[in-house]
Amino acid sequence: MADELKLLEKWSLKVHEVKLGAGPSAGGSREIIFNIGGQSSFPFLFKEGDIPNRPLIAAEVLDCVEDDWPVGLRTDLASVSKDPVEWARKMASDSGADLVCLKLQGLHPDLGNKPVKDAMALVEAVLKNIKTPLIILGCGSADKDNEVLPAISEATKGERLLFGDVVSENYKTLAAACIADGHNIIAESPIDVNIAKQLNILLSDIGMPLDRIVINPTIGALGYGLEYAYSIMERAKSAALAGDKMLAMPFICFVGQESWRAKEAKVSLNDFPQGGNARMRGIMWEVVTAMAMVEAGADILTMRHPEAIKIVKSAITDLMKR
Amino acid sequence: MFIIGELINGMDQRVAAAIKEKNKDFIRSLARKQVDAGADALDVNCGPASRDAAGDMRWLVETIRKEASCVLCLDSTKPEAIEAGLEASAHKCVINSTSADISRLEVYCAMAKKYKAFLVALVMDRKGVPQDKDGKLELAAQILNFAQENGFPLDELYLDPILLPINVAQNQLFGILELIKDFKSLSTPAPKTLLGLSNVSQGSKKRKLINRTFLVMASAYGLDAAILDPLDQELTRSLITSELILNKSIYCDDFISAYNKSKNI
Repeated sequence: MADELKLLEKWSLKVHEVKLGAGPSAGGSREIIFNIGGQSSFPFLFKEGDIPNRPLIAAEVLDCVEDDWPVGLRTDLASVSKDPVEWARKMASDSGADLVCLKLQGLHPDLGNKPVKDAMALVEAVLKNIKTPLIILGCGSADKDNEVLPAISEATKGERLLFGDVVSENYKTLAAACIADGHNIIAESPIDVNIAKQLNILLSDIGMPLDRIVINPTIGALGYGLEYAYSIMERAKSAALAGDKMLAMPFICFVGQESWRAKEAKVSLNDFPQGGNARMRGIMWEVVTAMAMVEAGADILTMRHPEAIKIVKSAITDLMKR
Repeated sequence: MFIIGELINGMDQRVAAAIKEKNKDFIRSLARKQVDAGADALDVNCGPASRDAAGDMRWLVETIRKEASCVLCLDSTKPEAIEAGLEASAHKCVINSTSADISRLEVYCAMAKKYKAFLVALVMDRKGVPQDKDGKLELAAQILNFAQENGFPLDELYLDPILLPINVAQNQLFGILELIKDFKSLSTPAPKTLLGLSNVSQGSKKRKLINRTFLVMASAYGLDAAILDPLDQELTRSLITSELILNKSIYCDDFISAYNKSKNI
């Protein structure tokens, strides 16, 4: 034991603990709330520091689905993919996902250009049908997101949701709304630790408390830059634990979105016979990507396939056993 | 780098007067200013004019403690003054300093263990300061041996290679830089290193330029702690930048602001 202790690292700083969701006593309506972050060691090194919170899985729910969805998703989510409210309810209650991540991609001018009121009605309906906190993502078009997300932020004031993403070139509008309405925010940087740190400073300069920021480091799926994402997360985390408060935020990793974009998760058995069953291949691509991100220090994984969610949830439960 | 603010020092006439007149506001304000500027610790020195070093040290520590709970670096040649400071401080202290003489090491090591304080050891003995690197290394080894044999944690020990002014001992300055590195190889875990930075420019013109140039160089050689003027912004900014270049902190465009925010300044 004495020799073992000599090898253990001692870190000086804890990652900021971010609260997701607010119950009725705190001005919200969530029955389930979570904390993320708060750790003072690298993942699962329980002897080196405190790890008060386990990584969470957020089930990704989209307000509209592209026609070319891979077979694994198309078949297994067929019953819900046209109804985001039911989709969210089912994922929150049946799949083992801890919370829901609603991506409003139908707002995008190229993907339907849905009006603001539709998005607001959808968020309201989803919140009514789930007990957990909600992550709300815009469509990626800066103008549309700056119009819609602040309105949703105001309408859900006090719920302590997680809104995203802001980037260095466009952060003020959504950040100001989240500050005013008591929400958390996702700060996105393009696999770049310097930009991640700079964006946190910019957010802090306009008054965003450091314990309401979650870093989206941007990841690549297995085979598509996963190792690079891993190294950036590791570098940010080691700087944070060594005392850099401007990088000591939890991470959110968009696993579902990235892994189901991989060729290996999409192509059919006929086109890729040596890859085996296309459905299972897609699921495993998501599982392996997710597990690498868990080991890299992800605090929230957003995932798509219910089977992948079950496998990763079970693995996280095992890893959290001390 | 661990920054120890140097300004509460009885060598300064205003501080000496404040100690004599028991001017608490002056001392507290000087403590606050240094902490607000980023000092991790404050040096406390009653100065050579003090007639009651223990009483003055106790008064200084009690006065500063009303303002700041940071580490205090109790700076005196008198063991009774250091012990008075340790007694009065409710928080962590640094004993500054012992020499390599066994009789002094015995007294200060025991005191540091009793009060769980860090200990600064100067690489000199009753014969004086060795003029060459080897002489200093020998004394450093003697200090580390003593600490090891007496169960004092080596990573709570700061070795001070003794910085002399550039206009007195210019030929020794590069040797000081090398010693900062060499001290680290003397033991496992390695000791820490500390310098009283302002000595390097004592009696010179362009003091600030000399101070900050030497600090950046010492930082590159791995210096752990320095007693310096934290209100000298160019000095602290140069140090912050040197730590970026050494990859000790992560770059971002607003790196000065990032450093300050990380320190709650």
